[in-house]
Amino acid sequence: MIRLEKRKEPSTFWRIANPFLAVALTMVAGGIMFAALGKDPIAAIRLIFFDPIFSAQFGSYSRPQLLIKSAPLILIAIGLAIGFKANIWNIGAEGQYIIGALFGAGVALAFFPAPGWYIFPLMVLAGAFGGFLWAMIPAILKTRFNTNEILVSLLLVYVAERILAAMALGLMRNPDVAGFPGSRDLRRYEAAHNAELIAGTGIHWGVVAALVAVIFAYAMMTRHMLGYHIKLAGQAPRAARFAGVSPARLVVVCLGISGALAGLAGMFEVSGPGGQVRIEFASGYGFTAIIVAFLGRLNPLGIVLAGLLLGLTYIGGELAQMMLQLPGASIQVFQGMLLFFLLALDFQTNYRLRLTKGARI
Amino acid sequence: MILGSINPAVLMAALMVAATPILLAAIGELVVEKAGVLNLGVEGMMIMGACLGFIVAVNTGSPVLGFVGAACAGMALSLLFALLTQALMTNQVASGLALTLFGLGLTALLGQRYVGITPPRTPKLDLGPLSEIPFLGRALFSHDIVVYLTIALVAAVWWFLNYSRAGMILRAVGENHDAAHALGYHVRRVRVFAIMFGGACAGLGGAYLSLIRVPQWTEGMTVGAGWIALALVVFASWRPWRALAGAYLFGGVVVLQLNLQAAGVKIPVEYLSMSPYLITIFVLVLISSGKARGSLNAPGSLNRPFHASD
Amino acid sequence: MRQPLLRLDGLTKAYPGVLANDDISFEIGTGQMHALLGENGAGKSTLVKMIYGLVKPDRGTMTLRGADYAPAQPSEARRNGVAMVFQHFSLFDALDVAENVALGMENPPPLRDLARRIREVSTAYGLPLDPNRLVGDLSAGERQRVEIVRCLLQEPKLLIMDEPTSVLTPQEVEVLFRTLRQLAQEGTAILYISHKLDEIRALCDEATILRGGRKVATCDPREKSARELAELMVGQVLTPPERPAKPKGAALLQVTNLSLTSNNPFGTSLKNISFTLHAGEVLGIAGVAGNGQDELLLVLSGEVPTGADQVQLKGTPIGHLGPNARRKRGLVAAPEERLGHAAAPDMSLTENALLSGAQRKRLARSGFINWNATDRFAREIIAKFDVRTPGPNVLARALSGGNLQKFVIGREIELAPDVIVVNQPTWGVDAAAASFIRQALLDMANRGAGVVVISQDLDELLELADSFAALNEGRMTPVRPAKGLSVDEIGLMMGGAHDMTPAHGVNA
Repeated sequence: MIRLEKRKEPSTFWRIANPFLAVALTMVAGGIMFAALGKDPIAAIRLIFFDPIFSAQFGSYSRPQLLIKSAPLILIAIGLAIGFKANIWNIGAEGQYIIGALFGAGVALAFFPAPGWYIFPLMVLAGAFGGFLWAMIPAILKTRFNTNEILVSLLLVYVAERILAAMALGLMRNPDVAGFPGSRDLRRYEAAHNAELIAGTGIHWGVVAALVAVIFAYAMMTRHMLGYHIKLAGQAPRAARFAGVSPARLVVVCLGISGALAGLAGMFEVSGPGGQVRIEFASGYGFTAIIVAFLGRLNPLGIVLAGLLLGLTYIGGELAQMMLQLPGASIQVFQGMLLFFLLALDFQTNYRLRLTKGARI
Repeated sequence: MILGSINPAVLMAALMVAATPILLAAIGELVVEKAGVLNLGVEGMMIMGACLGFIVAVNTGSPVLGFVGAACAGMALSLLFALLTQALMTNQVASGLALTLFGLGLTALLGQRYVGITPPRTPKLDLGPLSEIPFLGRALFSHDIVVYLTIALVAAVWWFLNYSRAGMILRAVGENHDAAHALGYHVRRVRVFAIMFGGACAGLGGAYLSLIRVPQWTEGMTVGAGWIALALVVFASWRPWRALAGAYLFGGVVVLQLNLQAAGVKIPVEYLSMSPYLITIFVLVLISSGKARGSLNAPGSLNRPFHASD
Repeated sequence: MRQPLLRLDGLTKAYPGVLANDDISFEIGTGQMHALLGENGAGKSTLVKMIYGLVKPDRGTMTLRGADYAPAQPSEARRNGVAMVFQHFSLFDALDVAENVALGMENPPPLRDLARRIREVSTAYGLPLDPNRLVGDLSAGERQRVEIVRCLLQEPKLLIMDEPTSVLTPQEVEVLFRTLRQLAQEGTAILYISHKLDEIRALCDEATILRGGRKVATCDPREKSARELAELMVGQVLTPPERPAKPKGAALLQVTNLSLTSNNPFGTSLKNISFTLHAGEVLGIAGVAGNGQDELLLVLSGEVPTGADQVQLKGTPIGHLGPNARRKRGLVAAPEERLGHAAAPDMSLTENALLSGAQRKRLARSGFINWNATDRFAREIIAKFDVRTPGPNVLARALSGGNLQKFVIGREIELAPDVIVVNQPTWGVDAAAASFIRQALLDMANRGAGVVVISQDLDELLELADSFAALNEGRMTPVRPAKGLSVDEIGLMMGGAHDMTPAHGVNA
């Protein structure tokens, strides 16, 4: 009989190897799925994972796209991972992303068409503040009323989506174009435009912000008492109280950080690649970032790699849609499978399989 | 007055229909949580049920087979969750989220060719003279059979949990899995069955959406119903009849909001349509705070991993 | 010799890295009270789990009433007339007494009939119980009754009792012993697991002693002295801690009219507790589990704040302060639960050293951690307190109970506090480590610190304490000098006779 046996120490090897193994398994399973859809599996996998970077035909277009897609994922995942470490589950980043974008765009539209160097920094602050504010709803409900933050943060995504629609159709609608929903294009408003900083690289301020966030998160989690307390609270809540950690404060800090980062991501998107407040502005970055956080092992450096990989699947998915007429949803399935495989493989990190003679499990 | 234009009997009837899908999902999740497992994948299992139920019903022309297919689809996805959390000891929160993300993606893929089709009609149950009764006939006795079966299911779950030995064992497993193990009960087996039941119920709830309530298939059509069902379990303090009351209360809010939209109230549709979510949050706050803390009824081993040490 | 009921032949069970049971053989006679004696980790639990069908032996056989006996699961053991009362109760708080009993039976009658039988049987054996009460509302003694009645209803031939008296007052122990003797007279064999030698000598007619997974001896405990049994059990002669007499110092810690309502439905509320702790004094607080010990520790450590004046340290009100502010002022604590409360199981010893050491050892500057200093601190604790571990990078959960406890207590002592509060300092710790820890606490007091020891182990308290008090249902008795207290007086302080009366509606 096979039985699971808890390891004395989690295996570092499997911790690092599992994400790679999960990616490999996802490619295999994804290939089978594509074959079932009647497409050439090898071509599809190649198109999704290799061509965006290495193909001469698409590379020049899709290489800059990689950073554009990955930056928001990394920015959001960094914040989520901090919370996840403390067992505080903000799964409503999508909502915070939307509200951050609305706050940022709101500032820009309020100043339009005035020039001024201070407008963009103000938008950055507003975006972070918007996400922070939206995340404070589950945080305060949790600390004051003991309400489950998972449910509240998630339900608020649906609320945020409807606010977004209302804004695109009402308050923020472009008054110059009759009949179409959506705000002015911020890319055409120089003081508010989150433009490419180095031509042809896709690097915009959001990429810079993601990099800064990664460094800060790394320093905080390894060198600072706050990071230590976050880990402690996640692993042993009673020990955390013994160490003098206030659980309520931690909830506010973790949700606040992740909300602000998600808000920033939304703001950089709406003022740059996204361009305007539209009904379909939200593209699921807030949810995909959950996968990024797990795939990156809740570790800032891991999250960078995971964010780049999932950013790649976004671009590859678009290519596959274009070239092979693969349904756009297959990329979502792909991401879901990735998380499944990773979770399933992770048992090896903490447990060892042993063959025993007829022992009870 | 706008409210005056709303017929209370029609409102009551619509409320029962609106409540049924989340009640189905909630009663399933209630049993799962009573067994000590938190499956956050309700939304994913619901959308699987909605999609596969729709596909089966369209292809066979039989709504009954559609519901059967939906239950199987929900159960299949829940088995994946059971495999992860019970055999491979993964984190229940993460696994539930994975289930939801995966379910949403997979159904978007599978259902692609079914957008815009009308499914075969599920007939209303003929209750003869009962449905002729003024007011009550329209409000209570003019529904499809699923509405009544759902109420029967709530009663059955209530009886099972409180009066059957198997139900007692299930509660014991959820309350203290180490003690249940020490007494020789199969903690994992009980939990896997509970998870499967929850999956089937969520699948049925999804199918009710796509086959009867809407009735149509659109990508992501559950729009948070699974999450509301999860909230409903907390609201119900893990008691079946309270889940029914909560679902009908919620159904009332949804229907009222739709009626207000239809009546042309001067509030933008977007704001009206966020009210179900806001009310769910509000109710969660009420039930989680105050003296009668419902959350204290939570099963003792809820969301704790179980690993037999010997 | 009476006819053997159960025979064990060469039972062996190995876990990775440990041989839990090595070739163990002995017999239990019908109606015999057989003691199974040994230190923590000697293999007692593994052995009885094999008899009860929870663990399968790797080698060896069992014979029950002449027939082969190899239970694959507890239900099979129960069908064969083997019942077990667990050390950590296998009860369900949110279920009532009747439901709890039914869960432990093979073919329980309908709940109404069962309730009637519970009343009958529990009264017949002097352990009255109300079948409709929620188990979570019962005291530790009453909870044990539920377990015993659950077994008795199945008319067992062999009753296994795992450390049954660790949660009872001396008077409750007497009641239990009467019940057990009655059972033995009726022909039920009892396998009685304990490390308390006086109990075994008073109760049992045969004893099997285990050490390090092997059987050391089977003997008649009444013919051996407690000292002889102890040496068989431990394998060495232990010296009790030393303590010179000394005068009382200045008041260090003052608790005044401390009350706290528990927000856990099954917790205990503290009621109007007052005491003063002096420099150089060891205050022992006795009590049966669940009478407010955990709550008292949380209030003293600062994890649960109270009114400022209710707790005063050297005359300064600190009741409103959190754990770190109290540490800074010189009050430290070590909770009962090592894994998960005093230490984080999945963190290294270095990380665990930081847990409470950050303030007094200045291991962090403006929030930034000095890992080198923390590592040095951890190594210091390991060296000074003889913590057996390959190094400070080992996870806390990889350590044995005794070693981790030495680390935890050592960490708090190394902070050189004025007052230290410990709860169950040697619970589940091997004898050598226990005596080491006790000596370390006495050394602290000798250096002029105040020590509060909350413990359920009376022997430990009598060994350590200068003054003595007891907790009962959240109330604390006045503090009395430990010298000259008799066990009977202590028993009365711990709750006395009130628990002997029917469980329902008394002293509620």
